[in-house]
Amino acid sequence: MSRLRSGSAADLLVLLAVWGGLILLFGELSSGFFGAATLGSVANRIPALLLAATGMTLLMVSGGIDLSVGSVVGFCGAAVGVVMADWGWGLAAAIAASVLLGTLLGGVNGVVAVKLRLPSFIVTLGMLEVARGLAFLATHSQTKYIGAAVEGVGTPIAGLVVSPAFLCALMVVAAGQMLLSYTVLGRQLVAVGANIEAATISGIPVDRPRIWAHALLGGLTGLAAVFNCSRLGSADPNAGVGFELSVIAAVVVGGTSLLGGRGSVAKSFLGVLIVATLEAGLVQMGASEPIKRVITGIVIVVAVLADSWRRKT
Amino acid sequence: MTALSAQRLTKRFAGVSALREVSFELMAGEIHALCGENGAGKSTLIKLLSGAHPHGSYEGRFLVDGREARFRSIRDANAAGIAVIYQELSCIDEMTVAENLFLGREPTRLGVFVDRLAASRQAAAALARFGVELDPSTPMRALGVGQKQLVEIVKALMRDSRILILDEPTAALASHEVEVLLGILAELRTRGVSCIYISHRLEEVLRIADRITVLRDGATVCTLTRTQADETSVVRHMVGRDLGDLYIRAGRMPGEVLLSVEDLAVAADDGAERLSGISFELRAGEVLGIGGLMGAGRTELLSHLYGAWGRRVRGRVALCGRAVAAPTPRESLRRGLALVTEDRRRLGLVLNESVGFNLSLSSLAALSHAGIVNSSEESACNQRWFDSLQVRATGLGARVGRLSGGNQQKVVLGKALMTRPRVVMLDEPTRGIDVGARLEIYGLVNRLTAEGCAVLLVSSELPELIGLSDRILMLRNGRIGGVFERGAATAEALLHAALGS
Repeated sequence: MSRLRSGSAADLLVLLAVWGGLILLFGELSSGFFGAATLGSVANRIPALLLAATGMTLLMVSGGIDLSVGSVVGFCGAAVGVVMADWGWGLAAAIAASVLLGTLLGGVNGVVAVKLRLPSFIVTLGMLEVARGLAFLATHSQTKYIGAAVEGVGTPIAGLVVSPAFLCALMVVAAGQMLLSYTVLGRQLVAVGANIEAATISGIPVDRPRIWAHALLGGLTGLAAVFNCSRLGSADPNAGVGFELSVIAAVVVGGTSLLGGRGSVAKSFLGVLIVATLEAGLVQMGASEPIKRVITGIVIVVAVLADSWRRKT
Repeated sequence: MTALSAQRLTKRFAGVSALREVSFELMAGEIHALCGENGAGKSTLIKLLSGAHPHGSYEGRFLVDGREARFRSIRDANAAGIAVIYQELSCIDEMTVAENLFLGREPTRLGVFVDRLAASRQAAAALARFGVELDPSTPMRALGVGQKQLVEIVKALMRDSRILILDEPTAALASHEVEVLLGILAELRTRGVSCIYISHRLEEVLRIADRITVLRDGATVCTLTRTQADETSVVRHMVGRDLGDLYIRAGRMPGEVLLSVEDLAVAADDGAERLSGISFELRAGEVLGIGGLMGAGRTELLSHLYGAWGRRVRGRVALCGRAVAAPTPRESLRRGLALVTEDRRRLGLVLNESVGFNLSLSSLAALSHAGIVNSSEESACNQRWFDSLQVRATGLGARVGRLSGGNQQKVVLGKALMTRPRVVMLDEPTRGIDVGARLEIYGLVNRLTAEGCAVLLVSSELPELIGLSDRILMLRNGRIGGVFERGAATAEALLHAALGS
């Protein structure tokens, strides 16, 4: 009820229009954009982004942020590599381990930030270093080759266009939006993020929901790490460098406030599509990595600016 | 000669008049006191004169040295020679006295480098000229509140300010510091500097002020010269209005004791004891009014009982017969104690969210199953309160931040009452809201007590306090200044208890 205000539908339409515009633009500029290679690369990149963006949206709504998701992808991926390549675990056990480790690291972020009253920006900046270091320690700085056992997750299902990872990510997005709209936890996240003092006075537990949001994002990042491994068939301790920025960019493009209290998982979904399309389109056009980063950076700032203008008028 | 002349100044906030055609004259070399109850419009008037409410946001005009002032900012007012010394000081603790004195206009060499030597020398000269014995290299943090205040005044005078506005300058001062301050003001008078002096301490006002203007409900009541004024007459003008039939308190039928407080003492985060020796009992069906000046500890008392402020040093609190040690707001609500805060925009509401979101915010546990909010039950419950409180908004989906003050207050009330409390604490429930909404809130207080609730009411408006309360506890400096039964509570008696005279 409360999150489906009249402005909400208009926001979704604007984001859809931007996405459509990008597709048309790249289709026009580059002949190969609609080719299988580009679509495949977009589709491959999206599931991991969607998972992390869903968790990040919930966390940012509560007023927090997590800069360590890229490193946690690296560490959890490394763990997947170790348990599957070295210890011979099956895929299901590896997924469970990765999600559990991610939840643990996210939970540590949450407990430290909330209970010790430190800004989550700083705490997760620390975790960014810690988790990356752990990734190198776990793999002895070697890339672990896993092979077909993990690749199935990211391969399109026969008869369907999409992979299991993609389906799973869509379900997570739907669940995330439901959580935000229809559960007590969702209400608490909004209230805490929008006005933590009023939330306290209203008898809302203000610590618990924030810790949950951190842990949940950690768990989803653990799952994203598995998807990331499946793309490459291997676990690279360097995986996920810069991933946190893509995730935050997608969430912010989707209109979630960095200050907390306002956000939508559905809109972050469109934000992911926009960011992924932009990145893939630029690659397809032959833009170099530096150019890609310059343009992505500008797009993020412009998106936030446009959002704040729309909100004022 | 007239230094400042205010002519028919009117200022409205969202339709509510905070000032109504206020006029007064400040002569050169005059100390002119402004008196009035909390909310009489003193602060609004100062903000207007000092450029904090810019030209164009008010009606009427005022002249400084015969020319109409059109300040767009506080800076403009400073440039015209008007300086405000605020209750909350604006000095920077990390800097020295000299650095603070020259903040924003440091003497420089080559236009870039701060000339510390010159700054220090000029600062020392200025301090000496105004008789303030301070070393300019002292770090600001080492000074007491009174000394900081003096530095602020010297700073203003160094900018050639000819009109000083002092807002409760002695509120935090020890008595010898007050003497220094009053001495300096008397000295300034001889130099032709004018002062607008605001203080609750009437004894001071009567000693220092040449004339006294009394404000009430945003309008000027009268201007008295010092020879005409005495404490009784000023108090009478400050209060002076009939209570009328605005406040109709239904007959009381006190039931069992719901809240009992015994010898309570509470310390703030900095360890200073802000409340002490507080004892009272509150029975079902009763309204206990709590009065006192700003800073007397009224809000602190409510916040502490609710579990949102302070550390208990001594004393016992029992709610519905059960001792309560250090509750959280969550636990208080569960035990049947609700608080409607004074600062509804900051502490009461999530402004960006809807009316419905805010109404049910404290009752989510009751409206959900297994962590999932039961939407239909929630909207039914929200709608019931929306209707019974007569909230005027387009519906439950309306954004709370866009409602008027009165309707926002009703939403805060609804949120608290939806938790089915036994004891309701209302902190300034009618501040900044229009008369219609006010009357509805008075009706609500009567309804609650008729249903067996107990109400703890904090109000700065004496007529409201007298009209609604069965008993009134006046606080003074965190202690009980007097207790008055209904009938014995007159405005004069309450004000005397609050002022301690």
